[in-house]
Amino acid sequence: MPQRHSILAKLAGRTGRRLVVLGPLLWLAVFFMLPLLETLQVSFSVAQRSIPPYAPLWGFDEGGFFTNFTLDNYGLLARYWQDYIGPAFNSIRLAFFSTLVCLLFAYPMAWWIARSTPKWRVFLLVMVMLPFWTSSLLRIYALIGLLNPNGFINGMLMWLGVIEAPIRMMQTDFSIYMGMVLTYLPLMILPLYAVMVRLDDDVIEAATDLGASGVQIFWTVIFPLTLPGVIAGCLLVFIPAVGEFVIPALLGGPDQLMMGKVLWTEFFRNRDWPVAAAIAMLLLAILTVPIIYARYQDGRVDDKHEKETGAR
Amino acid sequence: MAPFIRLNALTKRFGDVLAVDDLTLDIEKGELFCLLGASGCGKSTLLRMLAGFEQPSAGRIEIDGQNMAGVAPADRPVNIMFQNYALFPHMNVAGNIGYGLRRAGMRGQSLNGRIEALLKLVRLQGYEDRKPNQLSGGQRQRVALARALARQPKLLLLDEPLAALDKKLREDTQFELVDIQETLGTTFMVVTHDQEEAMTLAGRIGIMDKGRLVQVASPRHLYERPANIFVADFLGMISFVEGLITKAGKGSIEIDSVPPITAAIDTQNSKQSKLAVGDKVTLAIRPEKISLSATATGEINEIPVVVEDLAYLGVASNYRVKAANGQMFKLQQQQSRRTTQPLTWEEAGFIQFDPSDVIILEG
Repeated sequence: MPQRHSILAKLAGRTGRRLVVLGPLLWLAVFFMLPLLETLQVSFSVAQRSIPPYAPLWGFDEGGFFTNFTLDNYGLLARYWQDYIGPAFNSIRLAFFSTLVCLLFAYPMAWWIARSTPKWRVFLLVMVMLPFWTSSLLRIYALIGLLNPNGFINGMLMWLGVIEAPIRMMQTDFSIYMGMVLTYLPLMILPLYAVMVRLDDDVIEAATDLGASGVQIFWTVIFPLTLPGVIAGCLLVFIPAVGEFVIPALLGGPDQLMMGKVLWTEFFRNRDWPVAAAIAMLLLAILTVPIIYARYQDGRVDDKHEKETGAR
Repeated sequence: MAPFIRLNALTKRFGDVLAVDDLTLDIEKGELFCLLGASGCGKSTLLRMLAGFEQPSAGRIEIDGQNMAGVAPADRPVNIMFQNYALFPHMNVAGNIGYGLRRAGMRGQSLNGRIEALLKLVRLQGYEDRKPNQLSGGQRQRVALARALARQPKLLLLDEPLAALDKKLREDTQFELVDIQETLGTTFMVVTHDQEEAMTLAGRIGIMDKGRLVQVASPRHLYERPANIFVADFLGMISFVEGLITKAGKGSIEIDSVPPITAAIDTQNSKQSKLAVGDKVTLAIRPEKISLSATATGEINEIPVVVEDLAYLGVASNYRVKAANGQMFKLQQQQSRRTTQPLTWEEAGFIQFDPSDVIILEG
């Protein structure tokens, strides 16, 4: 019977679709949510000399159910906040300015790529992605090779006679920002490119036709319409940049303590996993709660609009 | 007085391609002119040159006596309504309509008053806070029209203004568009590939082909007195008969088809008056000018035919009939006489048409 056949096919299709979603969902649950929950649990437990170096949060022994739940780790952070606020501020400042520089570089680059012919676009996008596909450690060591006192740039400048003695570029803000921008630039370019390539030329021509100057077109039409890409790019760069550990460690000096370094120290040097976990959870909360809240507000506004149009 | 808009020997070349070829055209003030042509005929390029997005390779554009060479799009007394409307998706209706006014430095009460007046003109009062994605296709079109009219252009360009609307809505909208044009007295130039749109909107139509203007005339004149085979074929249905002139009298000619066809000469037309025996001509007849009967009537230009094809349209039926020599005719019969049984497939009959309804085309 063809009818039953089609129903069966539909059912199979539906379960098939569900399976396709279920796989990645399960994967995310196991490898993303579980470690996160584990970290959350560790942040509420007590440190002790053992392997792993913390007491189990809860369990059963002769006395029945027991729990070692404590807020001391967060309390410690609150008590010694002055020790943590400095690195936190350093990290946020580094992330902020890295994001800003990335945005200033990426915006015109993404615009140029999006306005190229489709053939060139592919080539230029690959050129943007190419460094991203190589090992980030390798890239940073290459950068060290360039920036060292006896590296390529200093060597070149001295050979040309522009400078007498090598300029100190390594272990400065300059070298950190070089590394950060180099690493994160593709993450800014790609979302910008995605919104720019969909931007309708007619809209820009309409603004021209209605008497807008180049600057006015940018601020009244192009920038507002590419804002989703700007926000997405900034989030993609800013959030990982706050927790960045490798780049400041390799390119920066010893004087500036970053949050990533503090975490590393707590974990490996002090072997105080609970405090380290508490720092990580606090950082995560500070970074994600405002974003989730903003998305939630956005969603509510969209829903409202949809209801309005639907009712008409 | 010089014409309001004057295009003189206008040419646009893209590499080796001549998009607009030596085009000369005058448009009067307050006219609703329509450029009609198939896609790729150069009409969009002409529109973009008028708006200032493209620079002519040669020739000049004058609007109200002012040469437009080197004048930026923003400084031209010209606005354009884009085919897809190109509304600013992040601005509400009032923001879209007021965009050009704000760029001109208008603010506050006078700005709001002007937006209000424009909303009233396009009957969208109360919609000022809606975003474009909350509007229907027809409403979006009206916002685009109001936005383009806001700066009171001397010339409004409309690129396929009705193409994005569904059929029912188009009919209302096209009359509305004509109303607004008449109210404001703004010169409109519509560019379209849709002949129905052109015929209903325009006072005058220019037919474009391969970058050239083939004929400029009123819709009626274009339909009934096309200048050449291209125009005759482009507008509506038509049947062509080729032949050599066998008789050339005072008011008519006869050609050597079987049976011979007589066509009345337009004595006003000097070319037609000069036609002589032996000249090759193409005759054209519109489908609604041909009548079809089951029996011979003995009228002039009567040809026995067989029905090849027929399409019932409700108000009328379209026929394709074949004469003995293989010549095909397209004709349209109104379903008025219900008593008579209409001819159907493979049936034999007779067609008749008046010599004065035959269009004489050269070559």
